[in-house]
Amino acid sequence: MSERVPVTQAALARPPGGQRRRRGLLRTYLTPKQAIPRRIVFGLGIGSFVVILASWSLASVLINSDLFAPSPARVWTSWVDMILHRSFLSDVGWSSFRIIGGFLIAAVMAVPLGLLMGSFEVVRSFFQPPINFIRYMPASAFIPLLILLIGLDENEKLIVIWIGVFFQLVLMVMDIAHRVPDEMLNVAYTLGASRWKVFYKVFLPATFPEVVDALRITMGWAWTYLIVAEIVSAERGIGSFILVSERYLRSDRIIAAIITIGILGLITDAVIAAIHRRAFPYVEKVHA
Amino acid sequence: MSEIRFVDVAMRFPTRRGEVRALEQISLTVPDGQFACIVGPSGCGKSTLLNVAAGLVTPTEGEVLVDGKLADSPGPDRGMVFQSYSLYPWLSVQRNIEFGLEVKGTPKPERTRQSSELIRLMKLDGFAEAYPKALSGGMKQRVAIARALANDPEVLLMDEPFGALDALTRQIMQEMLTEIWQRYRKTVLFVTHDIDEAIFLGDVIYVMTNRPGRIRTTLSIDLPRPRTFDMVGGPRFAELRNQVVGIIHEESMKAVESELASA
Repeated sequence: MSERVPVTQAALARPPGGQRRRRGLLRTYLTPKQAIPRRIVFGLGIGSFVVILASWSLASVLINSDLFAPSPARVWTSWVDMILHRSFLSDVGWSSFRIIGGFLIAAVMAVPLGLLMGSFEVVRSFFQPPINFIRYMPASAFIPLLILLIGLDENEKLIVIWIGVFFQLVLMVMDIAHRVPDEMLNVAYTLGASRWKVFYKVFLPATFPEVVDALRITMGWAWTYLIVAEIVSAERGIGSFILVSERYLRSDRIIAAIITIGILGLITDAVIAAIHRRAFPYVEKVHA
Repeated sequence: MSEIRFVDVAMRFPTRRGEVRALEQISLTVPDGQFACIVGPSGCGKSTLLNVAAGLVTPTEGEVLVDGKLADSPGPDRGMVFQSYSLYPWLSVQRNIEFGLEVKGTPKPERTRQSSELIRLMKLDGFAEAYPKALSGGMKQRVAIARALANDPEVLLMDEPFGALDALTRQIMQEMLTEIWQRYRKTVLFVTHDIDEAIFLGDVIYVMTNRPGRIRTTLSIDLPRPRTFDMVGGPRFAELRNQVVGIIHEESMKAVESELASA
């Protein structure tokens, strides 16, 4: 099988004879959309974290206040302490459970509806106007109303996440379905496929990779809504942990908790991206 | 016998600025085993004509008969090849080719037999398991043609299939297509705006007029078969080309004039 090499990489390959052609530094690194060597890409990525940590440390030394500028070391020890002695992991567990629950419910409802809306104008015309309307109402604005209507239990958190995810996801999936090229379906008809077969043998598989991408994107938003809901009203969860830490003036713990959410986000993202690569090896390119 | 017969086909689209007459009074018969090319200026309704034959769109007036049967909905007797390849990216080359057979419920051993034969014929050896993303444009279109042929259709409808390919690949594909056509002798309706391509491939060329699209002229191509590429430089080829170019040029001028008039 001949893999086609992208032009940008070919340009970087050494010419035969082992001699590397010299190009000016500016031309190598500051040509728009030109690829740069892999190690430099990697180095720059690490470098940005080093810069952040260094400026953070410097700031904490200069300000010298555990409340206003806890040092990275202090945040780290607090984080270890939170996990070992403050049952922070159980808060993480509660939050994760809510995220997964609310997100799954939203996805299970949004994906089929979005696919139907993208393929049938009847369905689209009926659902799109209200969904478009509700989409602009921030999920967090519903929290007080939900507390009034259903109280402070788990259902309230799940519904906040659902509101935040469902309406956005439906419209994204609808667009994906709508973009499936007509010719792809028409070819199937001329090959003798019935409408039902065109639907599940062509239309559905044509949408899968992008739907998984859409799930990945909306998953990130779910965290925002959950933390807001937990800060407003919860006994457990990362959001309530943050709120309690604020009362005790423990900015170190708040930072540690926020970083934890970032790490959880990275992990879920990596997992979904890995699933994407395994399940859809045929996709032209996966955006990082 | 598998002939395509257009009987007084007309196609009109309502638009906000009034009715657009895309096709008018199209009556033509492509006899069994003939390779017919349709050329015309862009926007003349060539593709619409093909879609009508495929049963993908219903004409406003008239009808298309394939083998005497009304072609009012798409079916496996009319295989179609599009310019955009329209391969299924999630299926391997082999499974793309077998798509029609799978839909029909052909047993697996028979499917494999037919697809491997087509893979060899279309010079796709070694790529059976590859996904379309690994293929060049020419190879993709070969897969698309193989996919249409696998269904053993009565007629092949080809909508500018080589339009997206570079000049060299296009030549090679044209030669391959004539070879395959000699072998299977399908009735072919081939739409293109490339005049050389139409002359090289066709038994007959229908030159269409600008909107509303009508058949302006029918030209028989008397170049001997099998066609080879040295014919393209020959005197008879040049003569035919001049003829077609003249007609199309006249039509394109009319189109420009009518655009200017309406502007």
